[in-house]
Amino acid sequence: MPTALDAGFYPQAGPAASARRVRALIRRHAYLLLKSWPRLVSMAYYPTVTMVLWAFLTIYLKPTTSFLQDAPGFFIGAVLLWDVLFRGQLGVSLTFIEEMYSRNLGNLFVSPLRLYEFIAGQLTLSVLRTLIGVGGACFFAWLLFRYSIFSLGFPLIAYFWLLLAFGWSIGLAVSAMILRWGLGAEELAWAAIFLVAPVSGVYYPIAVLPAWLQSVAWMLPSAHAFEGMRAVLLQGAFPWHHFWAALLLDIGYLIVGAATFRYAINYARVHGKLLQMGE
Amino acid sequence: MLVAADAAIVVADLRKCYGAVEAVKGISFAVRAGTTTALLGGNGAGKTTTLSMLLGVLTPTAGSIAVLGCDMLKDRYRVLPRMNFTSPYVDLPRRLTVGENLRVFADLYGVREPKQRIAELAVEFDLTNLLARPYGNLSAGQRTRVSLAKALLNRPEVLLLDEPTASLDPDIGDRMRTYLERYQRDNRCTMLLASHNMGEVERMCDDVIMMREGLVVDQGSPRHLIEQYGRENMEEVFLDVARGGGEESDLGAPTREVAA
Repeated sequence: MPTALDAGFYPQAGPAASARRVRALIRRHAYLLLKSWPRLVSMAYYPTVTMVLWAFLTIYLKPTTSFLQDAPGFFIGAVLLWDVLFRGQLGVSLTFIEEMYSRNLGNLFVSPLRLYEFIAGQLTLSVLRTLIGVGGACFFAWLLFRYSIFSLGFPLIAYFWLLLAFGWSIGLAVSAMILRWGLGAEELAWAAIFLVAPVSGVYYPIAVLPAWLQSVAWMLPSAHAFEGMRAVLLQGAFPWHHFWAALLLDIGYLIVGAATFRYAINYARVHGKLLQMGE
Repeated sequence: MLVAADAAIVVADLRKCYGAVEAVKGISFAVRAGTTTALLGGNGAGKTTTLSMLLGVLTPTAGSIAVLGCDMLKDRYRVLPRMNFTSPYVDLPRRLTVGENLRVFADLYGVREPKQRIAELAVEFDLTNLLARPYGNLSAGQRTRVSLAKALLNRPEVLLLDEPTASLDPDIGDRMRTYLERYQRDNRCTMLLASHNMGEVERMCDDVIMMREGLVVDQGSPRHLIEQYGRENMEEVFLDVARGGGEESDLGAPTREVAA
């Protein structure tokens, strides 16, 4: 009798099996994205429009603003890196919402797919969505304003991953809240990230915040990342202390985000929500 | 509880509470390997809750579940590749085509030759002409066939079916039942199905577990239950059990005494 343990099937345990299941999740979302050019365009649309807005503001302010004369890519770099954080979070949350809208969570969680594989799939899809969305904006920044964010060099890679990881942790927490409170909480996917925007110092130094708010800001990896980016642009130095602080905070937030998501899945199992979630 | 040595599913003292509401009240039963068993009961009897716990998507309040010898509460990932299900409570991504959906689940279940397996199932379930169509564009009956095909991708040893032929016309419904019977026979698959179609139950099932208000109130083969209740068919037995064991209820209908 042929069964799932026989030759017609790949082994069900081990890293190769996990990788195969994560690939299946990516395939599922790739099918969705690649057949819909409006979806692809909309992913790059907002980052590009925001970038253009800040680029024109830079052109307007540059003659009278000394730091823009020293670092004309200041605002454009900031907005592109902010979008890495935003798209990173959205990539995780929207992937999850898509499964809820499809009423597909029951099928997925009855398959051999494990929770950590599901999360790995969400994070991988987040990277792809971010690369498509922010990549488009980067291309237009170069095409229209001759600004290449890649001129940041190594620090760009560091800040990209630091911000992306923070976006993942928020995305996992938002997914947990949506699972806990239903699709009525969907707005959180779009709005949650803006709670950290004022204290991340995207366009201004953390020093301009009130003292008590500065203490809050330094607990966010994004504040360290944007402060570091400004140091690279204005002083030409890579502040390692901001890098390490952001990295450690990211690890902490990712653990909390994943634990919150796991808690929400267990809550859904106890309250029978995995089979009932949907539009 | 006496448990048959060849039981594929063993449920013991299973309870599920939602706050003060007790949806399943400490049920125990065993399903023999290689047989088809029906889980019957009216709406709210606890059938879907029981199936959800068997699948591992609902955590029981108390009790134990063993499927193919594995503890579903502790080791479900060891047995999930060997089982599958269909349920009206889940759907497949609507913007993906039928073929894409089946491919994704073939990969999740580790099917080595996904194209070949999908082609085989497409022939069996008359889906060949639908493979390129978005799942969301299908009729309810076509979707049911796709769900059944998805449930058989991994050649499951245990198949849990919640209303498997609901929304199928009599012709397609009959073909699906024939296929499931053949699959069950050829693969010695253990099937547990919740259905409101008593003709289907009489035709397909070796055993029946009757539930009412979260309790198992009776069980046995369809023929045995029909004789025990002194009825003509399972439809009448169902009405007896659903309305309180043969006593005349507010709903009227069965008034004959229960034979045993």
